[in-house]
Amino acid sequence: MDILLQQIINGLTTGSVYAVVALGYTMVYGVIQLINFAHGEVVMIGAMVAFSVISSLAGGGLPPLVIVLAGVIAAIPACMVMGYLLERAAYRPLRHAPRLAPLITAIGMSIILQHLALLVWGRNPLAFPQIIDNRVFAVGGAAISSVQIAIILLSLIMMAGLSWFVYRTRFGIAIRATAENVHVAGLMGINADRVIAATFVIGAGLGAVAGVMYGSYYGIAHYTMGFSLGLKAFSAAVLGGIGNIAGAMLGGILLGLVEALGTGYVGDLTNLCRWPGAGEGMGWMGERCADGAHFVLFGSNYQEVFAFLMLILVLVFRPSGLLGERVSERA
Amino acid sequence: MSTTKERFGLALIAIALIALPFVLASAGTAWVRITNFAVLFVLLSLGLNIVVGFAGLLDLGYVAFYAVGAYVYALLASPHFGLHLPFWVILPIGAAVACIAGVILGAPTLRLRGDYLAIVTLGFGEIVRIFMNNLSAPINLTNGPKGISRIDSFQIGPINFAGSDTFAGLVFSGPIKYYYLLMLVLLGVIVINRRLQDSRIGRAWVAIREDEIAAKASGINTRNIKLLAFAMGASFGGIAGGMFAAMQTFVSPESFVLNESIMVLSMVVLGGMGNIWGVIAGAVLLSFVPELLRYTVEPAQVALFGKLLIDPEVLRMLVFGAALVLTMRFRPAGLWPETRHRREMSENRA
Repeated sequence: MDILLQQIINGLTTGSVYAVVALGYTMVYGVIQLINFAHGEVVMIGAMVAFSVISSLAGGGLPPLVIVLAGVIAAIPACMVMGYLLERAAYRPLRHAPRLAPLITAIGMSIILQHLALLVWGRNPLAFPQIIDNRVFAVGGAAISSVQIAIILLSLIMMAGLSWFVYRTRFGIAIRATAENVHVAGLMGINADRVIAATFVIGAGLGAVAGVMYGSYYGIAHYTMGFSLGLKAFSAAVLGGIGNIAGAMLGGILLGLVEALGTGYVGDLTNLCRWPGAGEGMGWMGERCADGAHFVLFGSNYQEVFAFLMLILVLVFRPSGLLGERVSERA
Repeated sequence: MSTTKERFGLALIAIALIALPFVLASAGTAWVRITNFAVLFVLLSLGLNIVVGFAGLLDLGYVAFYAVGAYVYALLASPHFGLHLPFWVILPIGAAVACIAGVILGAPTLRLRGDYLAIVTLGFGEIVRIFMNNLSAPINLTNGPKGISRIDSFQIGPINFAGSDTFAGLVFSGPIKYYYLLMLVLLGVIVINRRLQDSRIGRAWVAIREDEIAAKASGINTRNIKLLAFAMGASFGGIAGGMFAAMQTFVSPESFVLNESIMVLSMVVLGGMGNIWGVIAGAVLLSFVPELLRYTVEPAQVALFGKLLIDPEVLRMLVFGAALVLTMRFRPAGLWPETRHRREMSENRA
């Protein structure tokens, strides 16, 4: 029972990070119907910038919270600039080109960003300095750390903030109008270029914070971290219904839970020796399972596979996602 | 098509290609090997060109099919399982398995929009690599990250491709023999590609690429035709993978990372999606980039700064990334575009 609760806590933590990254994908998709391929790389750069700042300030006598805050504050504008440049370089010039073109430029940009990060920060992962006194609280037989609590709370605050921004402000109305119909929004006096750039910038800013959270949770940041994080967050966005802000949040948290529970239980579930009828001396399998040995088909080393399987299943059975509108096959 | 002048030109190119390995061998066998890998990448690019260029489906996990072909060869011709089948049995098996993998990947995803397909194929490429890395337990299928070594070389009758033979006073080293074999395979692939392009299927692919709804309305079974593109591209990848395994005599998951897919994609995009000759030129050009960097940028850095500041491998990936961005930005139909594609890519759609 406590293992179940523990996996749920861990899943909620990573899931809320996925949700925040997924918001970046979903906002851009909502407005221009294109996947921002380099979003994962932007998140990675956020984590790297923050880690550099935190490392250089650590040991300077400042309170730990101030140091982490300084890292986040440095990462957000860096990522925002990155998001803006990305839009200007890879998407805006090709807005009226066939769909394949901006996809390819975005892939190119993501490769460039990843290898620039490799040049700047090197091949070795950056470690998160041990400055936070990570307290662990016991909850019904499971443990939750203060970092986990902070990640979950901060994600909720950011999601609430974004919802308020999109649904309660004038600029939010402009974003939703552009998502509905760019041309008509233009006729209503909305500067579509500004709105599109803004979605990239906002998504990148949220991504910066997500990168710091993800990095501090696992204790390291690495130039390749954006790839799998991006893939998972995109899966989360699709699961919830891409283009839908509430969907991205729901999808992120669900994906985190599925991944944590899957990783926690897949080893037991695919341990053939545990299946009824196995260890009863029935020929080949019996031999393998003698003396309480294990015959595990898939262990926790398949963690990375869950998000992808989920993505495939959603695309096959409900391509519009849990909360999304129907996605047309091709416009 | 076949004026005397063109025939003469083709004959000249053929003679040059036949003589090439001996010219290169005089500069060092390493150059023959580098050329062989360039030809291998041409094969891969032509395979990917069917998917991306002809049918307009962005496949970012193409290296997975290459990996499948390589592992099929490695498992059926190495001491790992003690199997030593001849290559002309394994290559078709590898192509068939890769083809099945292509259909398995394509079937659930092809009714979706292009950008979804891109992400799913990207994930698929990674999944194949994760499986290769982890399928060493509970049954040792792939030998995990250590890879499979001591793979058999090709053997045709008495001729083994690992060693040297002397024929008519010329020394045919292993790489030179592979070169001729690769050229033969390449010729076959080019012929198949040319025939495909002008066939009913090829025209259906282009129709889907240009406007799927219109293609459907014209009576094309878009799902099957797209699946066919996937399966065909995958089979070519599988064949190239088998050749790779035999040439290297060693395979490991390390060789099949995402960057390889990106590399092949850059070759197709730079050369001109859909144009066979453009794709070949793009692949040859980009294959020699790492060598070019090794001989120019590295010494230049050492001379200027006294040490190596930028790792050539990083530089290589930066070049590929820039090739993707700049080609799409300034010559969206590639350096040597197909006429029809040029019109399509420069068209302003609202």
